Amino acid sequence: MKKISLIIEREYLSRVKRRSFLITTLVVPLVIVAFYAIIIAVYVGGETSTTYRVAILDEAGLFNGRMEMDKNDRSTYTFIHNETETSFKTKYKNEGFNLFLYIPPFNDSIAPQIRLHSQSAVNLFAKSALEKKINNAIEKKRLIAAKIDPEIYRNIKADIDIENAVDSGKGEKKSIAEVASVISLLGGILIYMILLIYGTMVMRGVMEEKTNRIAEVIVSSAKPFQLMLGKIIGIGAVGLTQFAIWIVVMGLLQFSISLFFPAVFQQMPDPALAGAAAQHVNSGKIAEVIEGIRSLPLTLILFSFIFYFLGGYLLYAALFAAIGSVVSEDQEAQQLLFPVMMPLILGFVIMTKATNDPDSTIAVFGSMFPLTSPIVMMGRVTYGVPWWQLCASMLLLVLTFLFFTWIAAKIYRTGILLYGKKVTWKEMWKWLVRKG
Amino acid sequence: MPQNILEVDHLKKHFATQKAVDDVSFNIEQGAIFGMLGPNGAGKTTLLRMITGIFFPDSGSIIFEGKKFDPVNDIIRIGYMPEERGLYKKMKIGEQALYLARLKGLGKTEALEKIKYWFRRLEMESWWNKKVQDLSKGMSQKLQFVTTVLHEPHLIILDEPFSGLDPLNANLIKDEIFRLAKNGSTIIFSTHRMEQVEEICNHIVLINKGNKILDGTVKNIKQEFKENLFHIGFENRPDSLENNSIFEVTGEMRQGWVLKIQTGYKPHDVLQYLLSQHHEIISFNEILPSLNDIFIKLVEDTPLARAFQSGPETL
Repeated sequence: MKKISLIIEREYLSRVKRRSFLITTLVVPLVIVAFYAIIIAVYVGGETSTTYRVAILDEAGLFNGRMEMDKNDRSTYTFIHNETETSFKTKYKNEGFNLFLYIPPFNDSIAPQIRLHSQSAVNLFAKSALEKKINNAIEKKRLIAAKIDPEIYRNIKADIDIENAVDSGKGEKKSIAEVASVISLLGGILIYMILLIYGTMVMRGVMEEKTNRIAEVIVSSAKPFQLMLGKIIGIGAVGLTQFAIWIVVMGLLQFSISLFFPAVFQQMPDPALAGAAAQHVNSGKIAEVIEGIRSLPLTLILFSFIFYFLGGYLLYAALFAAIGSVVSEDQEAQQLLFPVMMPLILGFVIMTKATNDPDSTIAVFGSMFPLTSPIVMMGRVTYGVPWWQLCASMLLLVLTFLFFTWIAAKIYRTGILLYGKKVTWKEMWKWLVRKG
Repeated sequence: MPQNILEVDHLKKHFATQKAVDDVSFNIEQGAIFGMLGPNGAGKTTLLRMITGIFFPDSGSIIFEGKKFDPVNDIIRIGYMPEERGLYKKMKIGEQALYLARLKGLGKTEALEKIKYWFRRLEMESWWNKKVQDLSKGMSQKLQFVTTVLHEPHLIILDEPFSGLDPLNANLIKDEIFRLAKNGSTIIFSTHRMEQVEEICNHIVLINKGNKILDGTVKNIKQEFKENLFHIGFENRPDSLENNSIFEVTGEMRQGWVLKIQTGYKPHDVLQYLLSQHHEIISFNEILPSLNDIFIKLVEDTPLARAFQSGPETL
């Protein structure tokens, strides 16, 4: 055990102390947060930074000379009189207006030809905001013409969302499918990436030891199995460290953003962020999303994530280690990687399906089959999975991981000391069935 | 009589395509410098890997320090320097030595102390923070040697320890090998360079194609394979020497002749005869066969022998 812990220590420290580790660990969250910040900046800035001075020639009398103002609308609206479209078109810029809105007189039944004059193309937000105002005004006029009280109409209009109550025996829980699906997808993608990135890292480490011939020196001090397991655990610990740092750094960055730019976060749920892009984000939806997250079995999700991360990583790392031990060149590795990559990719595909249809046969199968279960189960677990399925999947994963480690150790033990020869599947099979 | 540190008994290891080691037995005395000779591919490395617990033998037994060899616990008392040197390229020299020493079971402080001692001894102190990838081949060779002997193993196994070393460093390592042996360590020295063994080892085995073909002390083997050849030097070399019942002239040298003494006669019979002929003799010494010659004789008329005849360097 002492030797394994020494090997783990070396594998861990030699990677964590490397400059590239520091760079990727710190740069990745910075890039993610910067990306996030840019999106928010574009999103919020697009609405608030451009304020227009709008001149309105309302020949139809649509607004009755009065514009209802939204609280977040900083544009100014001025109604002009005694002008025509053609005469004012040339003047509005000199009189200090950015936009000139012309509403010709029109018949109730015919859609009017409303024109917005500007020096350059008007942005989407401003255009849709104006359209909304005009639509409201026209609707109001038509309601009055039809002798319907606008107040009554507002009460009649329907805008509903279905609420999903899940009766899982432990009292009623609200579930929001959209939220569950996003969280599932995130969890599945994360596990997929972890398996791929850290699995490859294990393979490269083994190849390095083999081609540098250090393996022979080490196995004259420790058992090959100790070397393999030490490497797998050491690199797994590197992965966990990296994730822990990412979570902390991203948490700190988000906290500091909300501290320094509180306005950004206050405006986020603001209904004035209307426009095509913001359809989903209104105060009601935000509350719904938060409620949706709260309704999820968070402890179970977190537990599953950690379990499937560890189980899946150990399983795949053993396979990657076995591959690394039998090849001496990247090119050879690519060929052998194919059968290992296939279940990973398959798992990813099934997982994306499972996030939409968690109880389909293929999703259930994928979440049981140990080579795909770490990825697929993350896609299902947010929706609530029967306990027996979860237990069976976990048990299968553990058993398979033990079995694969045993197999990998046998291949590894022989492969790591074999140089310059291409190993065939047949030979590997012989190493497996050989006793001792 | 010193005790045997290692007894190898009917050891066999077959791979799918070949018999790498086929029924090899030998004993190594405590404190000996033991030479394991053989051409490349003879099975030396496989044998060493079994002795170091890396491979399990198919059959046969290994007795280490009087008990059955236990790969898990006994390898701490063995130091093995494989033919293919292996070090972590990106690791610092000092950390690397420390890691390997601790894998051999040394405590941290003890290991540090020993590393400092050896680094001072071999003038490597300034290397501590260098990385292996910045070292020359000879330098990493020295580092590998240090990491092999650092934990004061009872049995030190060196596979081609001089390859890649310049004469100066080779001598440095050679002196260290002698010193370690004097202090009680037993050394197995594996090589295909026969001439190196003669000056270092006291006991050798010769391995070819997985079989042991020779076993004994260097002196005894040479005696066994000697052909009663003598070199005799004259103040004034006679133009010719007659063959007679005592000796036969087999070769010519600048200062004299090479003689083969006929069976039944002793060297002093030759001297007596030549002195009676009033020759002025300035030197007379026995020509013992080199291990290289012996090896060639043993594997005579095989392609391998012909390769060795043109010099082991070409192998």
